[in-house]
Amino acid sequence: MTARIQIIPPRPRRGEIVEVRVLIQHDMETGYRRDQEGREIRRNCIKLFICRYNGVEVFRADLSSGISANPLLQFHTVAAASGELEFWWIDDESAQGLERASIAVSE
Amino acid sequence: MSARTVVRRLALALAILLAGSGVGAAEPERGIALQDLRSGIAFVKPEVRAMQQDDFSNPGMLWVEKGAKLWSAGARSCASCHAEAEKIMQGVAARYPAIERASGRLFDLGDRIMHCRSERQGGPALRHESDELLALTAYVSHQSRGMPIGVSIEGPARAHFEAGRDFFFRRIGQVNIACAHCHDANWGKILFAETISQGHPNAFPIYRTEWQTAGSLERRLRACLSGIRAEMLPYGAPEYRDLELFLAWRAQGLLMETPGVRR
Repeated sequence: MTARIQIIPPRPRRGEIVEVRVLIQHDMETGYRRDQEGREIRRNCIKLFICRYNGVEVFRADLSSGISANPLLQFHTVAAASGELEFWWIDDESAQGLERASIAVSE
Repeated sequence: MSARTVVRRLALALAILLAGSGVGAAEPERGIALQDLRSGIAFVKPEVRAMQQDDFSNPGMLWVEKGAKLWSAGARSCASCHAEAEKIMQGVAARYPAIERASGRLFDLGDRIMHCRSERQGGPALRHESDELLALTAYVSHQSRGMPIGVSIEGPARAHFEAGRDFFFRRIGQVNIACAHCHDANWGKILFAETISQGHPNAFPIYRTEWQTAGSLERRLRACLSGIRAEMLPYGAPEYRDLELFLAWRAQGLLMETPGVRR
């Protein structure tokens, strides 16, 4: 699973609000479609997404079949300290994704 | 119907006939003048345009990034022959479709990559519309972003160009219209909920929101054929290549945008 991560601004000051954007490549198969032979395509969506900032959960999303393929998640957090943002997600077939991005906070 | 309408319709029919039969100068003339050429991005809603213009939120970039990884993956990778795509692949996609020297066949960029894979790299064959092929095509085409399309219709390519042009002006399908009826004569007008584009191939592979994924020009052509209830030719059919060459010639001078985003 490919994902792209962007932190704006990339070098925030301590206490500054930063925007975090995550774009995940995923089919988000709804379960309502059929293939060329008419067989049902099983639902497979990302069902849970969690972002942890230096180990502390700062964002969580429950996703479902109403969300488009390749979802773009965008949220805000406060730049508390330098360290690492960890992004983890799991889909209906239990495939997991894990990405990390470092964040450098200036005083 | 007023006399004026009749005259206008006759003139349009005649213009299509003339263009279709290639009557006139030996050098083909553009259906749309250079200064009137507009990329498909000019006809989409602002939201879709914003999605393409922001390289982060453009989902097509997922395929470009994947392509960059595939480019240098494995022992006999693309990079082992061609080195850095950022340098050597600049402008390449803008010159396709082109004649492959050894076989004399007309290749689009996807064909070229598939050919390389099976003949030179010895890897498992790439399927049409597979994620891998789309990723590599998107990555290579992305290196030509901002460069003008310019294909050759000289020598052996000429016959393909003419076949493609014939296809473009031929009425087909149950709806019984030609590509030209929409994309030459009526672009900019509204058809159902959409604005008709000029039908240029400068942003492929594109991410299409309707597909919820990336797709090739061939897939887009199939969607058009299905829309006018014509026979959908199988992937890899030579008719698509001829038409792709004509479309590229018709769009020459237009800047590449890969990866494009469309509705």
